[in-house]
Amino acid sequence: MPHDHHDHLSPSGHPYRPDDDHPLTYWQQMEIAIREILIEKGVTTAAEINAQIDAMDARSPANGAAVVARAWTDPAFRDDLLADGSAASAAMGFDIGPMKLIAVENTPDVHNIIVCTLCSCYPRNLLGLPPDWYKSRAYRSRTVREPRKVLAEFGVTLPDSTQVRVHDSTADMRYIVIPTRPAGTDGWSAGDLAGLVTRDSMIGTGLARSPADHA
Amino acid sequence: MTQNPDPFDGKRWHDMGGDAAGPVPTDQHDFSLWEKRVDALMVICSSKGHFTVDGLRRVLEDMGPEAFETMNYYERWIASVNQNLIEAGVYTTAELAQRMTEVAARGPTYGEASGG
Repeated sequence: MPHDHHDHLSPSGHPYRPDDDHPLTYWQQMEIAIREILIEKGVTTAAEINAQIDAMDARSPANGAAVVARAWTDPAFRDDLLADGSAASAAMGFDIGPMKLIAVENTPDVHNIIVCTLCSCYPRNLLGLPPDWYKSRAYRSRTVREPRKVLAEFGVTLPDSTQVRVHDSTADMRYIVIPTRPAGTDGWSAGDLAGLVTRDSMIGTGLARSPADHA
Repeated sequence: MTQNPDPFDGKRWHDMGGDAAGPVPTDQHDFSLWEKRVDALMVICSSKGHFTVDGLRRVLEDMGPEAFETMNYYERWIASVNQNLIEAGVYTTAELAQRMTEVAARGPTYGEASGG
């Protein structure tokens, strides 16, 4: 497909980042060279790289939404998830590897939000790759200092009586927020509930959608 | 003795928690193929023991705040992956330089230079 216009939006509604149709950058040149050297030396193969990219593309917030929806509908699983997030998510097929996953649950009194002040650590096994803002200086700096102001920028305004807990991720330890189950969803299946669980609600910069929004 | 005008305050530049900053940016983009390839190379090389995530971060942190402003995320990553692989002896700077020259000679765009 010719890339002859630059205001085109991707299926997710975001602009494509200029890449193939723009002049080769120094760092792209380096990536190509490293990849080819690694393949020639037998460190990896083109097929292995493609498989890794496919695996990366297959991870999305739908994984996390399935975990959250199950926690909402299966009290034993909720307990397992809060006790050992790594094991509980692995049991659903979302292995986080050697890292520790900690699930933190929102309640009417407590709202949790996650950040990585040092870098960009993120529960990739449940949410995919982090959004650009999660890696930004502003989010990393301010979330631990003025979380309510950051939340307000995301459209989330909490009552003063709600305690806000900020969780700072590390290279070895990741967090996932279990948002509060929306009212008016009694009797819903886990599959339907998962449709209410947004990426941002699992980062803590959003809330789960209400059934009215979903309709 | 001269006074250090900017004494170390106990944390390095990448330790951003608590700093003052502007609004959280709302721009987002879909990852391009070359960015995904950088990510894949990091995952593959670290899973095979050529370096660790700590090695990745050491180089990222040593780049300093200028790199954070002037290079995008995966540009910083490929620079760090490269330094770690050279340190690990996987290839040499001379091998890299020669291959980068060959890559650039193929054509002016990523698609042409990467051979598709």
